[in-house]
Amino acid sequence: MAKLKDLEDYRDEIEQCVKCGACRAHCPVFGAERREGRVARGKVALSQAVLEGEIDFEAKVMEDLSQCLLCGSCCAGCPNKVPTDEIVAAARRRIAKEKGLSTFGKGVAAILGRPRLMNSLAKTGGKLSALIFKKLPDNSGLRLRFPLPYLEAGRTLPYFTDQPFRERCPERIEGEPGKPTVAFFTGCGINYMYPAVGEAFLKALKFLGVTVIIPKDQACCGLPAVSAGATATVEALAEQNLTALTREPVDYILTACASCNAGLVKVYGDMKGDCAELGIKTRDIFVFLLEQGLAENLAELPSVTNPVRVTYHDPCHLRTQGITKEPRDILKSLPQVEYVEMENAGTCCGLGGTYSVYHYDNSKKIGAKKAGHISASGAELVATDCPGCIMQLQDSINHAGGKQRAVHILELLSEALPEI
Amino acid sequence: MFDSATLRLERANANEREADFVLKETQMIDTRIIRILADIVGKENVSTEKADRLCYSYDATQQKFLPDVVVHPQTAAEISLIMKMANAERIPVFPRGAGSGFTGGSLPTRGGIVLATERMNQIIEIDTENLVATVEPGVVTEQFQQAVEKVDLFYPPDPASLKFSTLGGNVAECAGGPRCVKYGVTKDFIIGLEIVTPQGDIITTGGPTMKGVVGYDLTKLICGSEGTLAIITRIIIKLLPLPEAKQTMLVLFDSIDGAAQAVSNIIGHRIIPATLEFMDGRTLDCVRQATDLQVPEAAQAVLIIEVDGDKEFLAKQAQKIADIIQPLGVVETRIARTAAESEALWQIRRSVSASLRKVNPDKFNEDICVPRSKVPEMIRKVDAISEKYGISIVNFGHAGDGNIHVNVMIDKKVAGEAEKAEKAIEEVFKGALELGGTMSGEHGVGIAKAPYIPLEITEKAADYMKAIKKALDPNNILNPGKIFLDQ
Repeated sequence: MAKLKDLEDYRDEIEQCVKCGACRAHCPVFGAERREGRVARGKVALSQAVLEGEIDFEAKVMEDLSQCLLCGSCCAGCPNKVPTDEIVAAARRRIAKEKGLSTFGKGVAAILGRPRLMNSLAKTGGKLSALIFKKLPDNSGLRLRFPLPYLEAGRTLPYFTDQPFRERCPERIEGEPGKPTVAFFTGCGINYMYPAVGEAFLKALKFLGVTVIIPKDQACCGLPAVSAGATATVEALAEQNLTALTREPVDYILTACASCNAGLVKVYGDMKGDCAELGIKTRDIFVFLLEQGLAENLAELPSVTNPVRVTYHDPCHLRTQGITKEPRDILKSLPQVEYVEMENAGTCCGLGGTYSVYHYDNSKKIGAKKAGHISASGAELVATDCPGCIMQLQDSINHAGGKQRAVHILELLSEALPEI
Repeated sequence: MFDSATLRLERANANEREADFVLKETQMIDTRIIRILADIVGKENVSTEKADRLCYSYDATQQKFLPDVVVHPQTAAEISLIMKMANAERIPVFPRGAGSGFTGGSLPTRGGIVLATERMNQIIEIDTENLVATVEPGVVTEQFQQAVEKVDLFYPPDPASLKFSTLGGNVAECAGGPRCVKYGVTKDFIIGLEIVTPQGDIITTGGPTMKGVVGYDLTKLICGSEGTLAIITRIIIKLLPLPEAKQTMLVLFDSIDGAAQAVSNIIGHRIIPATLEFMDGRTLDCVRQATDLQVPEAAQAVLIIEVDGDKEFLAKQAQKIADIIQPLGVVETRIARTAAESEALWQIRRSVSASLRKVNPDKFNEDICVPRSKVPEMIRKVDAISEKYGISIVNFGHAGDGNIHVNVMIDKKVAGEAEKAEKAIEEVFKGALELGGTMSGEHGVGIAKAPYIPLEITEKAADYMKAIKKALDPNNILNPGKIFLDQ
């Protein structure tokens, strides 16, 4: 039985915080709003005060705890590696338990917990796209208006597809004998918003002769529910994914979404119960592709006369797991790409899952810094490895009036690979 | 003081309680005062919420004192008004930068007002003709360094907290760091200040000139005064040209004596490296236990030596240093050729803090400073103290200027260990003083070292200092109880 840890279970980790303040250099939310309650140290102090009965979940405590992207940047930069992201998530679960889920949190739980509802909502979204989304010229990116509750006007969103990725592809694609067999954990971003990334994923694996299984009954990884504090939903989704991903024997479970990767590796990995084993098998797509020697294959491709200038944005959920080199290595070996590194490639884009829904203003502030770095790099494209980041990066670029496009590295890889 | 505050609280009438600010559990400050503060800095920059008071109750000493109210002013004029009001009402004010100090300098030990400088974070000017910069106190040290390095200028002081500590805090504590062996400490770069006095006057000290001897040198008085004499609102900083390049070398020694002798010999040969950091054998043991960094078993001490300057000159100087130290039991010398290699060498030093904590849960981090030639003797004294009390003490730090971080490692949960640590620390301080040293090279006194002040400062000298405090802050409003507990 999958079971998330309680705030109580983090007592030791909380005591590891020596209040040195190092997180002030790393927390993107603190960068946008310089108040101690916004930084990891403050949130740990508040969680500690809650545990010690010194304070209740009064409004200000809940507000500060809601002001966290769960990006893990603080933990990566912490001398004692205090997992503030996990502590805040556990505190939110306790808030939800004591106070009930927020209206939006209830929505998240309801949708994520019922894949069929999610499918039909997304499809409706796809049909509505053409009607209610006001599309601006292509050269400024996909500027769509999405005037629905919780989504403020002016936010750029991608089209929701009316045929989710997993419905359009077979459940098993046979590769060459002797090559590995993998399960593709698509995640919601690729399934509902960026199916082209899923197609690109399949093309790359077909090129390598890898057998791919795409279980239709896989569910959301649960990260938005972690963010909302919806304990039961996270646990139910983990159970469902355990069933879907272990039905057939596979060598690896692959992700092309940083957040899903962190969901499987970190969230499931820390759970009490069998789900932890999913984390052990999970690999990021670029880590896998490099292991399979794809960089050498790419080096053999003929070079291109007019390469496109591309920079890379590190999704927090990969960077904090130490995965920074592999996506860059693949990008750099693409024949049509002239790679440039931007300043502060490793700072958060500001999405933070449901964070940007609650705190769009701060999210925009954090995104604006990123848009500035992208622009200063001189790149035409910013490539990354996470649908959430792509959405946020494009929104930030559009707000800054930039012309760059945010893409998934897989899309560029797919362009470079020969048709087979 | 507490009596009149209690009285005021009782007098607060029902109307006042209906104000926008609901007062919770505060002892000293009534809604009328909160309203005045809100008038000064704006409602959104004053908080009596318990959550906010908790978030401004601590620093890196891990001690906790709840303030009554937290204010976030943005200008000297606002701070001036706050100080005038605080004086009239006899409410203590505790200035706070990043709250990253090790001695409690910013802790609101007597409740009252925490005055946070987080909104005062503008670099006002970088004057590339005169090599001078003007900043607000809340600017983060590293961000300032990066800004001046973009125009080939250099601000050397580099406390370990530079990524998050503020320049205002650095000035108030006179922060140091590895590079200080060659370039000097924070106060050596501060040539002028704008301050708000404890009674609320705004004055300037020094100025943007390289020289200036008119009147007392108040700038130097304020540097290192730990927020007890003034609130710093603007800082004028002297800059240097950015050295063209640097070269890092890591040298492993088979004994601490060899490493300590190497420090003396390098300096004795009239070479002052940009940094000269050391770690003793126990520190290396912790690093070996806690990380997978490559540290040969034969190594009992490490020096990290960095030289900077013109490119042509660096290789020559590094070679000269290598020659000087070769006879002193060198196990291995690693020289970085690139920035990435340099970073890899620093990895051992940077992993120390976390490694120590993995091995022992609680540590007391002291920062004694002795004349450079006495470093070997000091290390021997510390070893003897460690043996006497049966507790682990590890040493690392800035050997080049004799500034040793003595870390007393214990587990507070084990009965009697905290008491042992306290006795050991006192003996360490006495040992440093016997060698002509000081209890603190860069962390300051705050409340953590205040009980030991009589060990180092004579009564007459202490009276001289207290007279200054008394004259400038007759009502003892600004950061009371710091440095001198009886103030």
